[in-house]
Amino acid sequence: MNCTDFLAKLTDYFDGQIDPDLLAEVKEHLGTCHHCEVVVNTTRKTIDIYRHQQPYDFPEDLSNRLRSAIMARCNASKEGAEAKAKLHAELVRDASSRSS
Amino acid sequence: MAAHPSSLADDPAELSGAVAAEPPHPDLALVERAKAGDTAAFEQLVRQYDRQIYRTALHITQNREDAEDITQDVFFKAFQKLDQFQGNSKFSTWLVRIAVNESLMRLRKRKTSRTVSMDQDVQTDEGSIPRDFAEWRPNPEQIYSQGELGDILRKTIAGLPPGFRTVFTLRDIENLSTEETAEALGLSVPAVKSRLLRARLQLRERLSRYFRKAANEGSK
Repeated sequence: MNCTDFLAKLTDYFDGQIDPDLLAEVKEHLGTCHHCEVVVNTTRKTIDIYRHQQPYDFPEDLSNRLRSAIMARCNASKEGAEAKAKLHAELVRDASSRSS
Repeated sequence: MAAHPSSLADDPAELSGAVAAEPPHPDLALVERAKAGDTAAFEQLVRQYDRQIYRTALHITQNREDAEDITQDVFFKAFQKLDQFQGNSKFSTWLVRIAVNESLMRLRKRKTSRTVSMDQDVQTDEGSIPRDFAEWRPNPEQIYSQGELGDILRKTIAGLPPGFRTVFTLRDIENLSTEETAEALGLSVPAVKSRLLRARLQLRERLSRYFRKAANEGSK
């Protein structure tokens, strides 16, 4: 296995989705190629640092504000739909009583 | 990709193949209650996923105001279209899919002269071939303060093309599986793997400029 072959398998290697024969080849390559070993170590750190540092915060007050706004829109939409349904029912009832 | 069109129906993930029988996800009960008119159940779903939706939108748009608007729009749209959610995918994946579409639409509006899609700039191989082979020692967390590190991480990921940034965000930051990422983005699993590899390598290369340099300066 050369470095290009190794890179092509890097995602499967990180995700643990690699068959045992190929895994043995990958490990053998890593044991002999310092550059690829560094790429694996620093790529793993790249993933870890983004996952644990979470570059964007989401403070409680922002969460509360957004949730209030979302639920206000949802409730208004629900009430609007209910009022529309009620009006429709009344119109149907009026029409049927007029025709009879 | 042509991100998902207007339909919000959650197609079974043909991308992920056969799915073994599993107990129903707890979200399904909340969704059923919300469909029956229980807004408190829907509010619980908002509480569970507002952070993930906001961060996904922010990673794609790189704009806090847009991310706030998108978060509201995603949940409101989901509320209105709940009947279209059939439970064939996770509720959170369905929300993410709406968030990705809304975010890409925002980007398109902002850049009126250019088409913005998940395919934009993904043909580039820039940074996908490793060139920097220095270890990061000491660990970046030991060199930089939390604030400095946050600035570096934001600046670095902002430099990735949207198609790479989005795949990395969903798979590596929000921890979706490869199959869920593919489903949310309307990509095949091999396409997600390919973009993920290039996104990870490009980010590694860009971060190396900071962390290798910092390590060198530290050793002087």
